[in-house]
Amino acid sequence: EARFCTEKYEDRFQYTHKLKYLSFSGVGKSSLVHLLCQNQVLGNPSWTVGCSVDVRVHDYKEGTPEEKTFYIELWDVGGSVGGASSVKSTRAVFFNSVNGIILVHDLTNKKSSQNLYRWSLEAVNRDLVPSGVLVTNGDYDREQFADNQIPLLVIGTKLDQIHEAKRNEVLTRIAFLAEDFNAEEINLDCTNPRYLAAGSSNAVKLSRFFDKVIEKRYFIRDGNQIPGFPERKRFGGGTLKNLHYD
Amino acid sequence: MLVGPSDQNPICIASVIVSHLQVFFFGFGWLFFMRQLFKDYEVRQYVVQVIFSVTFAFSCTMFELIIFEILGVLSSSSRYFHWKLNLCVILLILVFMVPFYIGYFIVSTIRLLHRQRLLFSCGLWLTFMYFFWKLGDPFPILSPKHGILSIEQLISRVGVIGVTLMALLSGFGAVNCPYTYMSYFLRNVTDTDILVLERRLLQTMDMIISKKKRIAMARRNLFQKGDVNNKPSGFWGMIKSVTTSAPGSENLTLIQQEVDALEELSRQLFLETVDLYATKERIEYSKTFKGKYFNFLGYFFSIYCVWKIFMATINIVFDRVGKTDPVTRGIEITVNYLGIQFDVKFWSQHISFILVGIIIVTSIRGLLITLTKFFYAISSSKSSNVIVLLLAQIMGMYFVSSVLLIRMSMPLEYRTIITEVLGELQFNFYHRWFDVIFLVSALSSILFLYLAHKQAPEKHMTP
Repeated sequence: EARFCTEKYEDRFQYTHKLKYLSFSGVGKSSLVHLLCQNQVLGNPSWTVGCSVDVRVHDYKEGTPEEKTFYIELWDVGGSVGGASSVKSTRAVFFNSVNGIILVHDLTNKKSSQNLYRWSLEAVNRDLVPSGVLVTNGDYDREQFADNQIPLLVIGTKLDQIHEAKRNEVLTRIAFLAEDFNAEEINLDCTNPRYLAAGSSNAVKLSRFFDKVIEKRYFIRDGNQIPGFPERKRFGGGTLKNLHYD
Repeated sequence: MLVGPSDQNPICIASVIVSHLQVFFFGFGWLFFMRQLFKDYEVRQYVVQVIFSVTFAFSCTMFELIIFEILGVLSSSSRYFHWKLNLCVILLILVFMVPFYIGYFIVSTIRLLHRQRLLFSCGLWLTFMYFFWKLGDPFPILSPKHGILSIEQLISRVGVIGVTLMALLSGFGAVNCPYTYMSYFLRNVTDTDILVLERRLLQTMDMIISKKKRIAMARRNLFQKGDVNNKPSGFWGMIKSVTTSAPGSENLTLIQQEVDALEELSRQLFLETVDLYATKERIEYSKTFKGKYFNFLGYFFSIYCVWKIFMATINIVFDRVGKTDPVTRGIEITVNYLGIQFDVKFWSQHISFILVGIIIVTSIRGLLITLTKFFYAISSSKSSNVIVLLLAQIMGMYFVSSVLLIRMSMPLEYRTIITEVLGELQFNFYHRWFDVIFLVSALSSILFLYLAHKQAPEKHMTP
């Protein structure tokens, strides 16, 4: 019976979707990725060099009759947004065929959220700036994000380290940030799995985000062309990349 | 024109001028900290920023007093007073304040010791003082007639550490500078090399992904079969997992090991690709006008480096210490051999000022740049405070020892104040020590760069 199930899953796992993480180093991307993929807290997080990948098994439209199971690849790309251009050029290799972007920032460090703008520009505009060097210096254009077809999600980590008094102020600021990106936002603590417990609002947002990623990827292949979608590379596999901000 | 009948007046006026300049230096240190060092981090403990700026301000004041000495600004008694004052403050900072705060912040990051923070940081500071004191024993730095807590004792030890640092940095810099400037050492990198490496990297990532998919799928199967806890809990759980291991789980550990090996490989490939891109950029830069200029400069610096190594060896072997400074010697040569007559006093003053000024500015700038690079390389959001304080400590010690060594570059009449203030330090020892460490550092850097250079092309040759 196990074998039968396996084959059945194989059938369904036709498309895999790449998801990319963008964030600061020291923010806790590795813990976050581990939590999302294995539903466990990462015991000994260490420095991420280069890019690390993990795979999450996601049920598209869970609970409905159209439920399907997909693989989602989470690419956790390290590096600093203002760093050496050699690192940027190397990173550009991972930026191809992105299906979704998760922007991760540290709630206790304001500067990590400010740099998210530059990160998203680097990822979204990779076609316009093939050398990997940003033309703007952090100013963003809301129009770009309105046209942007790649689903974005903003995740803030280290929620437990913010004092109760400052919490409101921080959360309001983050809400504005997420609005700028036209994205959903989730705030959590990667060392505590209860934030993503099944049924919680965070889990629902996450699930919806992954569903959106799958839709954009899966239904486009069926022939619905969305204008302006950058279709440079081969279509095999969308990537959800974790932009890592070191 | 300032006329002061008593001796107190010049000192007051001098204090005003010096303190204004100190505020200026403090502001510069503050800005540097904010804009350069901590531009990606949030400053949560302002103490750190204050300490860094204060250390910087007082170090710069020392240099400023040397310049005043050469130019003859302010009366000599006020200069002497400010020297003593400045030296006391800087020693206080370097020996008491900064080490204590380093210990405090280290202890703060360890959660266990959180409650007894002050106690443990005092303990750490006492350990530091013990080793700091022991440092003076093997070195013949002082005549043995000074008390325990005099300026000479403290400064001699600070000087040893600082001079070692200076010589290490100087040795490595002297070798690294021509290596990076000259295009002779650039490896030949083509676009195909980069593409090949990138393809390998992506292939490795794909392999990792496919293996992780299998693991994820297997884990999901196990989960759905009712094995809710993958991790065995408790004593009986462990026994059970050992004796009745599911058929797929041995497979899983094997795949996990393969994944770990592949991940290590992907990291290596990533770093190599970054290296190749950097080399390619350097090749393109070397074709520009600026690049050619730096290439030429590189040849010049390599000759300079060889000469310095040669001189250091001679100094050590023949146990010789330069008696006259370059300015006086240069003037002697021009007067005696070239027969050009000019006002020795006037020119010696101005040339020393320019020479010493250049030395000071380049050493400050060089140190700040090195510190920044170092900070970016090793700091993370948790350790940034400790590292910045360590850098402040290094900076303070470096500048104090520069003062010791700069004495040799100044004509005799300007050396007096340093000799007076610092007492009976064995200055010759410091120069000898600098030569030794410089030689060691330069030779090991040559060896290190040679090995790194040799190893690199072989890595790319392997299919």
